[in-house]
Amino acid sequence: MTAATQTHPAHLEYVLRLADTSLILGQRLSEWCGHGPVIEEDIALTNIALDLIGQARLLLTHAGALEGRGRDEDQLAFLRREPEFRNLTIVELPNGDFGQTILRNYLVAAWQRELWQALPGSGDAALAAIAAKSLKEARYHVQHASDWVVRLGDGTDESHRRMQAALDLLWPYTAEFFSATPVDEAAAAASVGPAWASLEAAWTGAVTPVLEVATLAMPARTPFLSRGKAGVHSEHLGHLLTGMQHLQRTYPGGTW
Amino acid sequence: MYTQAMDIPSPERDETARGGPRSVREAEYEAEIDAKVARGEFIEAKDWMPEAYRKTLVRQISQHAHSEIVGMLPEGNWITRAPTLKRKAILLAKVQDEGGHGMYLYAAAETLGVARDDLVDALHSGKAKYSSIFNYPTLNWADIGVIGWLVDGAAIMNQIPLCRCSYGPYARAMIRICKEESFHQRQGYDLLLTMMKGTPEQRDLVQDAVNRWWWPALMMFGPHDSASTHSGDSIKWGIKRISNDDLRQKFVDAAVPQARVLGITLPDPALKWNEARGHWDFGPIDWSEFWNVVNGHGQCNRERLADRVQAWEDGAWVREAAMAHAEKQRKRDRLAA
Amino acid sequence: MTEPSRQWPLWEVFIRSRNGLDHKHCGSVHAPDAKMALQNARDAYPRRRDGGSIWVVRAEHSVASDPDAKPEMFDPAEDKIYRHPTFYTLPDEVNHM
Ligand SMILES: [Fe+2]
Ligand SMILES: [Fe+2]
Repeated sequence: MTAATQTHPAHLEYVLRLADTSLILGQRLSEWCGHGPVIEEDIALTNIALDLIGQARLLLTHAGALEGRGRDEDQLAFLRREPEFRNLTIVELPNGDFGQTILRNYLVAAWQRELWQALPGSGDAALAAIAAKSLKEARYHVQHASDWVVRLGDGTDESHRRMQAALDLLWPYTAEFFSATPVDEAAAAASVGPAWASLEAAWTGAVTPVLEVATLAMPARTPFLSRGKAGVHSEHLGHLLTGMQHLQRTYPGGTW
Repeated sequence: MYTQAMDIPSPERDETARGGPRSVREAEYEAEIDAKVARGEFIEAKDWMPEAYRKTLVRQISQHAHSEIVGMLPEGNWITRAPTLKRKAILLAKVQDEGGHGMYLYAAAETLGVARDDLVDALHSGKAKYSSIFNYPTLNWADIGVIGWLVDGAAIMNQIPLCRCSYGPYARAMIRICKEESFHQRQGYDLLLTMMKGTPEQRDLVQDAVNRWWWPALMMFGPHDSASTHSGDSIKWGIKRISNDDLRQKFVDAAVPQARVLGITLPDPALKWNEARGHWDFGPIDWSEFWNVVNGHGQCNRERLADRVQAWEDGAWVREAAMAHAEKQRKRDRLAA
Repeated sequence: MTEPSRQWPLWEVFIRSRNGLDHKHCGSVHAPDAKMALQNARDAYPRRRDGGSIWVVRAEHSVASDPDAKPEMFDPAEDKIYRHPTFYTLPDEVNHM
């Protein structure tokens, strides 16, 4: 267990944040399977969900190794309690309508893209490899979601109204993407990965013109700050986990 | 899947009845088409075809497409609750495949000059049928395995002969579908094998699921040949190649040893090897249950349709906005040019 | 029939699984514009890594030969057997020509 003894807890925290954000967003997107606005889009959303769950599996496996307690991806996904999850709060919010789902995909994918781009330089070789793979996926997710954001923002009066409402709802949660925490500082100092605050300029630079083309008004920043990445969640995560963890909790010791 | 769908009466059916005066030219053409099909040649989209042939195809292909799409729902019921991340990914990919199958089949139907939206409307209004198997509920996780093993297994058996059906676009869609189906049955069986190696409670779940799905799976092959209404024309036109009862027997013969490997009991006390026939004998099918579900009185008929209608209605603003944006964009591009 | 403005137009999809091969027709998708037609084709068809390049073409822009005119379109090629290499019998010594 040399890897484990060398691991700073911040390192583990950093990886868990990424893992859980991909996992919970993948879980939310999987709710769409069979219910999309048109079959083509149903298939597309499922592809994105599959990418995210794939990322989560790699990251959780890596987190399990860093933790050094022998927990695998499934023990981490299905047997941790709500406050032990480290995902960004935005991904646990209910899907809302298709517009809200796609806008969240866009905001998160644009953030993930910046992050994956920065991580190949990580001192953690396993994380760097996962990032290189995930970057390709995030680029496609950004493309897919940003096209839709523009389409729906610009489309009809109704779609514009819905997209603006979705933006107003989701925007405050994006502050969490970049809020400074001790984990960031320690991870950056140990060259695990960039402090997330450092990604804000690039993210804003990418998102602003897309929202503009979509004719959506960017809301002002408010004092609201969600703290899912520190394990303090919204009311929604508990319900999500109730379903997600149902079988593992109901039939302990099963093999699946 | 789902030859069953073409053997059950539906409001659309009457329209397909032959009749009315035909011109000499049409009669000649029709003889030509029949001969072509008899020689094993394909009919392609723009070829002349008898109206009854076209209508039968539209009905069969669209009901097949509807079945794939509605079929996403019972398994979709367990995606968010899959017990491991690997199983979640497998199930997502599998259910997504079924969506793809629906899409390929709608496209094949569209080559016959119908619009997908009209076919979808026929489903939503209750005018078009889909396979009754999807009106049964998925009550425990083992249902996902049993659906893969038995329902996809039955579907594959139904579908393989369709890869050689006389209508080119349908046959090609079926080839693509059958290729993708190959993992569906295996993942289901693998899921069950894994659960059977688990706790006694897990084995009970598997047995419970098998008990509920076995008979409905046998019904998927449709009524007995003696009671099957559409088979004559369909077999002549090569859109159906093997009889319902022959396929059902083939299915039972394959499933019995698989059940034994799994270590579960098939819920039929009459199951017995018949040395003289070289096949497994099985008990009588409860056709009253079959017809009840077909006629709308299954556990989930209403829910399945309501789910599809809701997804479609909830998506209306999205589809409209996408069209509106595309039109605006075309105008803008024209101005810029 | 549905009025055309409501339903997304149909696009034919052609995929080249790898360089060196032809693009092959593999199906169709509905999409409001070319960009989304490409994305939909990408998401629906090469799901098992069988894709290298995708073309999408508005279905209404494809022009098909008339199947009833098949005799005049294609039969004339039938008796031009001298176009086929097997028409020529060469001595065994040069049989690999
Ligand atoms: Fe299928
Ligand atoms: Fe299947």
